[in-house]
Amino acid sequence: MVDIKLENLTKSYGDVEVLHHIEGDISDGEFIVIVGPSGCGKSTLLRMVAGLETVTSGEISIAGRVVNNLEPADRDIAMVFQNYALYPHMTVRENMAYGLKIRKIPKDEITRRVNEVADILEIREYLDRRPRQLSGGQRQRVAMGRAIVREPSVFLFDEPLSNLDAKLRVQMRLEIRKLQKRLGVTSIYVTHDQVEAMTLGDRLMVLNGGYVEQFGTPLELYERPASLFVAGFIGSPSMNFIPADVVDGGATLGIGVKLKTGSTASGKVTLGMRPEHMVLDKSGTIKIKVDMLEQLGANTLVHGALQGTDTSFVISLDGIQAAEIGAVLSFSAPIDALHLFDAETGIRLDG
Amino acid sequence: MVENRPIMTFITHLVLVLGVAMIALPIWITLVAASHDEIRMLQAPIPMLPGTHFIDNLKQTLWGAGLSGDQTPVWRMLFNSLAMAMMISVGKIAISLISAFAIVYFKFPFRMGFFWMIFITLMLPVEVRILPTFEVVANLGMLNSYWGLSIPLIASATATFMFRQVFLTIPDEMLESARIDGAGPMRFFWDILLPLSRTNIAALFVILFIYGWNQYLWPLLITTDTDMTTIVMSIKQMLESAEQSPQWNIIMMTAFLAMLPPILVVVGMQKLFVQGLTETDK
Repeated sequence: MVDIKLENLTKSYGDVEVLHHIEGDISDGEFIVIVGPSGCGKSTLLRMVAGLETVTSGEISIAGRVVNNLEPADRDIAMVFQNYALYPHMTVRENMAYGLKIRKIPKDEITRRVNEVADILEIREYLDRRPRQLSGGQRQRVAMGRAIVREPSVFLFDEPLSNLDAKLRVQMRLEIRKLQKRLGVTSIYVTHDQVEAMTLGDRLMVLNGGYVEQFGTPLELYERPASLFVAGFIGSPSMNFIPADVVDGGATLGIGVKLKTGSTASGKVTLGMRPEHMVLDKSGTIKIKVDMLEQLGANTLVHGALQGTDTSFVISLDGIQAAEIGAVLSFSAPIDALHLFDAETGIRLDG
Repeated sequence: MVENRPIMTFITHLVLVLGVAMIALPIWITLVAASHDEIRMLQAPIPMLPGTHFIDNLKQTLWGAGLSGDQTPVWRMLFNSLAMAMMISVGKIAISLISAFAIVYFKFPFRMGFFWMIFITLMLPVEVRILPTFEVVANLGMLNSYWGLSIPLIASATATFMFRQVFLTIPDEMLESARIDGAGPMRFFWDILLPLSRTNIAALFVILFIYGWNQYLWPLLITTDTDMTTIVMSIKQMLESAEQSPQWNIIMMTAFLAMLPPILVVVGMQKLFVQGLTETDK
């Protein structure tokens, strides 16, 4: 059982605290994605688990063993770096074998393992090349291979796909996912890309400014975002926010439009509506003045402003739709598609 | 700039040929003089075409008693020079690598202080500190020894600084990756850092070898024993040693032999040398 426990983890550089009281339990074989905007501390957190950064306070344990003061090599982990960090003067084979060689694993065992992993990743024909003779995608595979041959109990990924082009990224994303399920190794994956996070993770940890905003499954995050930040971060295009007053279960938008919310909350709130949940409805109360259309084929994004205000609004409609620039369209939103957040704290209201 | 006019081509080539001729002529005269006998070299005008005594002169210079009989044979001087140049270059590279490694990869108190202390020694070449250095070497009993010839010239701020810059260009992930692979500091040094700085080491070796080979003042000071004479010193001594007229054929042969090793080093390591000075991709 390789589970990872993060307990009240804090990291400071001098007087500046960059990670605040991180808590999290990761169970055996789980794929956890840490996601957040740049500078939120997600890489620092990963590097603390790897042992490349010291822990200021709190505790990290891997498989029941506190690893705070262990060297990275003694933590039984393997890491894939953003720039791959392959040793340029070694062939692919030597790169993969290096960690095993240091561990004094017998030669034939090393050969066996390297060949086996090379077969899984289909990099067998590159084994005798040097990293600079490989393309980005191939290097990426080698970096993964180097992690896998070690047979670690935890994989750590630090934005491993961000140097690849869009198409390759999608392909590698699926491969990483399949591989992780097949090997069943507990993994932590850091990314700033929410699509990558949603597709890869069993659970996501959303970090913002060094705080955990929410830790849950992708669908939990999508359906019940715990805060304004998570709501805006997860989902693409991102959620529309409108300031509103709630009285007796009805929200009054700034322009006097009323909506039913089905919530017991009251007072000043921020109302959130996902673009894809809006319904084109002649009698709808939400009137949008169209600024621009984005025709994506599968759906059409309507960019506009809430009539009478400057609040920008995006709506995603299925299929190909036409509308005049400057036209006013009416929409309605189902009650269960409304998200309410406290206007001050940004925390989700209702149960 | 691309010029296609024939007259420009002619002028550029003329300038180049003249330049090459200016550099090559003295070397040519050295070679020619080394191939004539002693008598011919004392007659005017000096010969411009090679003679027939090259092998004789070579033998006499290398194995024979050089000039007038009491001199050390030149092979011994070549060996002394080679030993000194090798000890200086290998020593400088080894020490600079280790000190740059310490300064870049280890956190210890006054790290930058040490770095600047090393850096400041740039202002103290041997010529400036020659008296105290001589005193130290003499007190350590290293006069007339290879150690005395090389050790005072080994400490090098330039090389330390250069390796520091090289190490700084190696991405941190390389170190982190090695740490996760379980490599300790020395392992990392041997397996990763050294191979990655291979071309820089080669480039530095070329420069330092020539620097060591061409040392004149320091060997002159600390060697009194003729067995320890280096070849660069000996050429000067040959000119003034005898009461008789200088034996130009032998002197020129010695000069030619003195030029040879640096040329061999440069030619042999040319490719690595250029890579080491220009390559930035790690």
